[in-house]
Amino acid sequence: MIRLENASKTYADGTEAVKDLSMEIPEGEFCVFLGPSGCGKTTSMKMINRLIPMTSGRISIDGVDTMELNVNELRRGIGYAIQNIGLFPHLTVEENVCTVPRLLKWPKAKQHARAEELLALVGMDPGTFLSRYPSELSGGQQQRIGVARCLGADPPILLMDEPFGAIDPITRSRLQDEFLKIQEKIKKTIAFVTHDINEAIKMGDTIALMREGVLVQYADPAELLGAPKDEFVRDFIGADRVLKGLRLLRAKNVMKMPPFLVNVGEDPMQVKQRMEKAGLRWSMLVEDGDRFLGWVTCDDIEPSRPIREIIAPPTVTATPDTPINEALSLMLSSAIGTLAILDENERLVGVLSFDIIRDVLGEDVGVETPCEEDAT
Amino acid sequence: MRRYIILGTLLAALCGVTIWMTSLGSVGIFKLAPGGKVLAETLRHLQIVGAAEALAILIGVPIGFMVTRRGLRFVSPLLIGIANIGQTVPTLAFVAMAALALGMGFEAAVVALVAYTVLPILRNTYAGIRSVDPAVKEAAQGMGMSKWQITTRVEIPLARPVIMAGIRTSTVVNVGTAAVAGMIGAGGLGAIIMTGMAVRVTQMVIQGAAPTAALAVALDAILAKAEDWTTPRGLKVLKQAQWQAQ
Repeated sequence: MIRLENASKTYADGTEAVKDLSMEIPEGEFCVFLGPSGCGKTTSMKMINRLIPMTSGRISIDGVDTMELNVNELRRGIGYAIQNIGLFPHLTVEENVCTVPRLLKWPKAKQHARAEELLALVGMDPGTFLSRYPSELSGGQQQRIGVARCLGADPPILLMDEPFGAIDPITRSRLQDEFLKIQEKIKKTIAFVTHDINEAIKMGDTIALMREGVLVQYADPAELLGAPKDEFVRDFIGADRVLKGLRLLRAKNVMKMPPFLVNVGEDPMQVKQRMEKAGLRWSMLVEDGDRFLGWVTCDDIEPSRPIREIIAPPTVTATPDTPINEALSLMLSSAIGTLAILDENERLVGVLSFDIIRDVLGEDVGVETPCEEDAT
Repeated sequence: MRRYIILGTLLAALCGVTIWMTSLGSVGIFKLAPGGKVLAETLRHLQIVGAAEALAILIGVPIGFMVTRRGLRFVSPLLIGIANIGQTVPTLAFVAMAALALGMGFEAAVVALVAYTVLPILRNTYAGIRSVDPAVKEAAQGMGMSKWQITTRVEIPLARPVIMAGIRTSTVVNVGTAAVAGMIGAGGLGAIIMTGMAVRVTQMVIQGAAPTAALAVALDAILAKAEDWTTPRGLKVLKQAQWQAQ
């Protein structure tokens, strides 16, 4: 657990970079420091490993005041990754990754084993990459090594200063996803700096929004989006905060089961009657109870044709873990405007429609009028 | 490979010319320098160059490094300015001043050469250390390297090729400059050249000049190799990548 108490930084010329910052980052939590440039977010993060000395206040890690520790030992116990990566160009990937283990004088064999483990963790083949030099890697690979290096000696705390900042959006998004998966496994306490609200919402368990050295709102992403504390927070999040909130929800949180499913063997006219009674234009067709085959539309049903012959096969489907913003764009691209949610065994587990999403948004995120009101 | 053939041919030609001139024995009534003398003065020349170069490295590298430190950075523009201006002062002036201050001889010659040689070494050390990417240093510091470790494991290895290039350039310049030192009685191949010029015997001037050139060529080749050895492999890979990108 990282605890900041009245931490302040005033520079010699009188600029107050951070004013009286008090907050706690609980163990295993991913905390994002967010704000416009010059808001003090990087300064706050760097005060934790004393790269920037505090003017006044107290920062403790698991109850131990950071000022009581030897500064280099403190830093060796905290992973550190920066936007410009700062890999050592004259050292191999293995030597880079083992920087802190080497400072801690681990035995050679243990260092090597750790390097292999870390490369596998960040999705790079140890056999191929351990002996390479940074200049032989792509930008995305360098970022991965930067992340692997900050995990070097398995520190309980990570400080990350826009670690995915300097790469193209597609690679960035992939690295973010991968890092979230890694974090699920390693459960580090993380202080992560970014100016990108979307990155903050995607990555953070909590977001500390700062402005001119002051912590404005410290809350989880849903609360920040749903209940912005003041005008500044509202402006910073932007007018599309409802849409941004969508990426917080996954299909499994929102999906419902349809009122009824149609089995392939059923009598066409009975199905038609049931659908007319329920007022449904489309129904989902299944086999063996929950194996999804496709859609049937009410108008296509004729007494003489078996239902199997009039199936409209699914063009797009989603999984329970698909974020709602992605689900929405899938729905917009499908003819039906409804999305079947299938698990990894292709079993139907739910359905998403614009109405369902709107209902959930209304209650969960606490927003009056969702913007996709007219979409149905 | 081709480089070595050219280099070998050049060295052989220079040595050949020297041996040829020496074998003439005398031109008219003038006796040329005997072989033993040429060899002794060559060694003397190397001594002067070696002493001056060693002192210049001992002075230039630490000072060049020190002025990159935060506390002393304010003096660096001044120092680099002096270094640049110093390079434009004719060698002869340095040698003359040293002779005036210290009298004729070996010491005066070495002092003059050091004053001249220290400049490129100092400048390259400063440039090399300053060229280390601040992000790399920040990462090193953030991971808990001590100041000493950052210097020895990061800054010096990364600056080494540039520092070595400064040493190489200054050594080659030094070999030529040391010939002028012959004027103030420090000996070396310059002494043979001076005598040859005084008596207007071209063959004798060549007896001094050809080995001087041979020394410069040979030392340049040796130091180029040393530069290559001391460049970390990762940096060579980096250079190659940059070169291909152009």
